[in-house]
Amino acid sequence: MTPTVRRLLAPSLIAVVALAGACTDNTKEAASGSDDGGGKGPTTIEVTDTGSECTLSATEAPSGNIVFSVTNKGSEITEFYLLAEDGKSIIGEVENIGPGLSRDLVLRAEPGSYVTACVPGMTGDGHRGDFTVTDSGETDATSGEMKALEAAATKQYKDYVTQQVGFLVAGTQKFADAYKAGDDDQARALYAPTRAYWESIEPVAESFGDLDPRLDLREADLEAGQEWTGWHQIEKQLWPPADFTEIDTPEERAKMADQLVADTQDLATRVETVTFKADQLGNGAKELLDEVATGKVTGEEEFWSHTDLWDFQANVDGARLAYQALRPIVLIKDKDLAATLDEEFASLQTELDKYKTADGFQYYTQLTPEQVKELSDSVNALGEPLSQLTAVVVL
Amino acid sequence: MDDDTTGETVERDGSTADLATASGDGAGADEPDRSGVSRRWLLGAGAVGAAAVGVAAGATIASASEPDSDPSEGAAAAAVPFRGEHQAGIVTPAQDRLHFAAFDVITDDREKLVELLQKWSAAAERMTEGHSAGTTGAMNGPLDAPPADTGEAYGLPPSQLTITIGFGPTLFTKDGQDRFGLAERRPEALIDLPHFPADRLDPARSGGDLCVQACAHDPQVAVHAVRNLARIGFGVVSVRWSQLGFGRTSSTSTTQDTPRNLFGFKDGTANLKAEEPDLLDEFIWVGKDDDPAAAWMAGGSYLVSRRISMHIETWDRTSMREQEMIFGRDKGEGAPLSGGTEFTEPDFDAEGPDGEPKIALMSHVRLAHPDDNDGVQILRRGYNFTDGTDGLGRLDAGLFFIAFVRDPRTQYVPMQTKLSRDDLLMEYLVHTGSGLFAVPPGVTGPGRWVGQDLFA
Repeated sequence: MTPTVRRLLAPSLIAVVALAGACTDNTKEAASGSDDGGGKGPTTIEVTDTGSECTLSATEAPSGNIVFSVTNKGSEITEFYLLAEDGKSIIGEVENIGPGLSRDLVLRAEPGSYVTACVPGMTGDGHRGDFTVTDSGETDATSGEMKALEAAATKQYKDYVTQQVGFLVAGTQKFADAYKAGDDDQARALYAPTRAYWESIEPVAESFGDLDPRLDLREADLEAGQEWTGWHQIEKQLWPPADFTEIDTPEERAKMADQLVADTQDLATRVETVTFKADQLGNGAKELLDEVATGKVTGEEEFWSHTDLWDFQANVDGARLAYQALRPIVLIKDKDLAATLDEEFASLQTELDKYKTADGFQYYTQLTPEQVKELSDSVNALGEPLSQLTAVVVL
Repeated sequence: MDDDTTGETVERDGSTADLATASGDGAGADEPDRSGVSRRWLLGAGAVGAAAVGVAAGATIASASEPDSDPSEGAAAAAVPFRGEHQAGIVTPAQDRLHFAAFDVITDDREKLVELLQKWSAAAERMTEGHSAGTTGAMNGPLDAPPADTGEAYGLPPSQLTITIGFGPTLFTKDGQDRFGLAERRPEALIDLPHFPADRLDPARSGGDLCVQACAHDPQVAVHAVRNLARIGFGVVSVRWSQLGFGRTSSTSTTQDTPRNLFGFKDGTANLKAEEPDLLDEFIWVGKDDDPAAAWMAGGSYLVSRRISMHIETWDRTSMREQEMIFGRDKGEGAPLSGGTEFTEPDFDAEGPDGEPKIALMSHVRLAHPDDNDGVQILRRGYNFTDGTDGLGRLDAGLFFIAFVRDPRTQYVPMQTKLSRDDLLMEYLVHTGSGLFAVPPGVTGPGRWVGQDLFA
């Protein structure tokens, strides 16, 4: 894991906020750049807030991308909301629009009735009005078809996570048994293949803030006085550096191993009730590649065993599975991105395959600096387009 | 806040205070003074509210201002046109800061390379105008996507950013392979530079299939340019090495003062200047008949880069007499030791009372002077650099030498061979990095991109 525990982002709002000045920039930029997104142009609604009145250039728009371009002609700082029909649930908002300034609220809305509100002074209910989104017939994230695809994707991914956790629980037990029994050769042989199940679903484990440090903290990540537990603590005992005194009594071994098993079981129990959203799959895939880029390509993750390439492969597998689950959606929304991701996943795998051996992978310490650079280049080549996945899926 | 910062302007020795005015007479002189209002906001047309935002943005700019030339004001903040007969960043009055990057192409796919050059050209044009790299900018893209632009130059003026793109020998042929079907278009002049005496080149700081020279008056703007181009290039190119430079060591316009290198000397007084079009045609721009097989280079130039490390500490222990003798100029004014002022032509025949030449036979000024090089001249555009200190506490510093020439075989190679062998200065120098790049002509028509004729 990384020292900073990250959680799966779960943005409930699909909103884009733009400053007026940036907007003039953006207009220019959009004109000089190519818009190959393939989607229809957004509907722009001009909103003028005079402080005493909130006027909209239209009170109806077709479903899809809608831009509320809010101009503050009053004397107080203002904000603008799009609320659900109940007038309470926030669909999207822009805040802190100073006098004389404009900001844009960009969102994707499904057909239905809504409430708009300008709130000068940014307190109270503000000036409200009704707003209607009609059905444009466009296939997008808000349509039934897309919802079905999302449901299929999240189910597929949940099944994968459940399966990996099952393997992890069973593997960890075997590993712990070997270690407790003093069979270090067996424990060393099981270490990397078992951890691979963990690494393939690491963002899920990281979403449980307390479990990840207990199971996967590296020695360098400890703070003063913090107790070290988990995989890497045992890793150091199995691959002890020179002049290191192992923690080696049967009691100590049992304590470490039992804790590992118990925490892994805890993870399995919590995963049972986890549900996923499409954006979490996209962000999870991106985070797995980040893990590779910052921890595995650098050889920092498996500091004592140097089995980083096992983790590398597992991270890539986990990212690929998340992407595969989302791929039907990506194919509809952005075929080019799907083609790029297919290609880059394949070429990263080709690169990794170069280091496969009969029982796994070469050790990180066997790689030359040139080979590390090639791996890193491939990770960057995939990581950059993969960072676009979430937005393509949710917008 | 803007005023406060300006009020703290430091005039080190009187020569720096003129910078903004001086460069204002150069290429960007037709830009009106924006009096502290960021160009960024004004360029996007006179939108309602732009002026108000501009005032707010002024505060950001002030915090990034230079002590001796506030880049938020006047010509130093202005934009240099990306398009033109020649690429910008060659005879453009040398800006204060550099970020230079060399790239390896990591794909075999010619189409991807072409696409990259198209994307780079579009992004470079946007950034030199003071806009962000991507079409949705730094701040106003979808919340669930990473921003198209990295954002650190948001609100900063164009700062005379220039982005100059070049092609290294290995783009054409590498290990005997014609990688992209370009081998027969490799210019004869794009040689593999020979080993020069005393070279100690680090392969990790040398060569490259492509290069990007980003110069600006604000280092953040230059770094932003290279960072975003590298990001656009992931999967197609990989940065091989890069170098930051913090002080220009050459003037490329008669409106500019000659700056000092890290030895404390004015260097490059006799540089070619933008105001000498005939000499530029003779020595800098590739002619249309220079190389029929590489007609795509007409109007281009060749960029030589050399990372020259200086033995700073031993130099500092050298007597003033010896320092001046080694350069052949006086340290204060930069005048040749034969007398006069900085721009007085050196008199290489002048002898002192002892009968010895006033300008030593192996002095830098004599060996580098056109008189000693068959009249050949070059355009120098180098930068001082320091990459911190080495493990022994010595400055890891020197000169990142950049020169533009029409033909490195007749201009750079003979000159450097002689300097490396004979120049007294070499005792204090070691060349640690090297590159030679073919810089194609500029782009003119709409939709055209850098290097298009090479791939036509």
